[in-house]
Amino acid sequence: MTLQTIIDKLGLTVLTEPKNFSEEETGSGYASDLLSCVMAGGKQKGVWVTLQAHGNIVAVAALLDLSAIIITENAQPDPGTIAKANEQSITLLSTPEPTFAVVGKLWELGLREN
Amino acid sequence: MTSLQELYGRKGRHVTDMNANDITRVEELAYDLKIEEVMSSDIKSIDPDMTMADFMEFLRFHRISGAPVVSEGELTGIVSLEDLIRSLSEDDLNAPVSKYMTRAVITANPYDPVVKAMETFSRTRLGRLPVVGQDGHLMGMITKGDITRGVLLALQKDYKEEEVRKYRASHLFEDIVSDRTSLILRYNIKVRDFTHGGEASSRIKRALLRLGANPQVARRCGIAVYEAEMNLIIHTTHGGVLRVEIEPHQITMRAVDDGPGIPDVDLALRAGYSTASETIREMGFGAGMGLVNIRRCVDKMELDSTPGKGTKLDMRIFLQPQDSFREAGYFEEEKKSP
Repeated sequence: MTLQTIIDKLGLTVLTEPKNFSEEETGSGYASDLLSCVMAGGKQKGVWVTLQAHGNIVAVAALLDLSAIIITENAQPDPGTIAKANEQSITLLSTPEPTFAVVGKLWELGLREN
Repeated sequence: MTSLQELYGRKGRHVTDMNANDITRVEELAYDLKIEEVMSSDIKSIDPDMTMADFMEFLRFHRISGAPVVSEGELTGIVSLEDLIRSLSEDDLNAPVSKYMTRAVITANPYDPVVKAMETFSRTRLGRLPVVGQDGHLMGMITKGDITRGVLLALQKDYKEEEVRKYRASHLFEDIVSDRTSLILRYNIKVRDFTHGGEASSRIKRALLRLGANPQVARRCGIAVYEAEMNLIIHTTHGGVLRVEIEPHQITMRAVDDGPGIPDVDLALRAGYSTASETIREMGFGAGMGLVNIRRCVDKMELDSTPGKGTKLDMRIFLQPQDSFREAGYFEEEKKSP
């Protein structure tokens, strides 16, 4: 599934620099607000759904080579975090919806591998 | 977006995960590069009054299969091997080139992106296009080969810096001869410095990749060092030091601090156990999974702590012969595999 599909179907706001999202394939998802759990469970090129918006989420995503972070409930990362994400080529996406709803929609779209 | 392969109408090497990123960059280049930048401007053109017999000699001499026909700087046609064959079959070698040349020439605009020429090649099955400026002047010729060369040069320029770094780094173990060579990286980690949290581990991961480490190994090291780094930031009194020693056969990572120390090491190693404060937990740390993650990522872990004095965490990853650095032939192995 491409990031473009996810962005379109879930109506997500792209916080980082736009890329050619229709060529960014993602195969798995993970949801948690505990960084160490993500460290253990996040897969390469996966999408991570979280309420956390501070700078460390980018470090975690970069170390795991995740493709995107979906930040829920309109939590806003500061400009420094967004700059760091651009630098590391991690896509930050935002939605007003809670994590539960986002994960449900991703599941419905067929993103079921964890 | 159409890929280079599709435009060239060729099916050759399949696209793997590894080169997928490069392909995207190549496609970008096809749009960024102008025809003018990749065309050959050293062109061999001929006069319309030249005879077909002379044209035949011309082709033989220059080892080419066609040429633009130019009269007073302006392109008037294009003549190819096929036209020569037609004149031969009609025993008409003394006729001027202008009799057999193609007059309705498909040309390329020097200021168009390279992708335009690729589209023309694929649509018309032509092998070369004259590049003509607005005033009708012939400026050069463009072939698929010119495009490939132009794209490769641009890519080379792009990656040269990183390649030079990687090359230098990956030859380290081979160039420096000793009985036992190792590279030591040290990072001072400040307590409560969440802004820079994860920076040291990212740098270590990048260093390993430049040294030619297997990406999986670099990832495992990155995760282990990240957890150790965050422990120094979250739990210590004055921060601490991360030390990574890279050797051809193993990577040894050590996190040292001067307190407060862990009262019950066994408890600290239990999954889910954490002493992190509520504020720290709100940031998503303190899952009690850090040391568990480290143990999962490394081959050997030792935790040594004295309350009041400090903690020393040793982590080690042994490199299999195929994952090892250059000294053990890592690169040679890489080259052999398709």
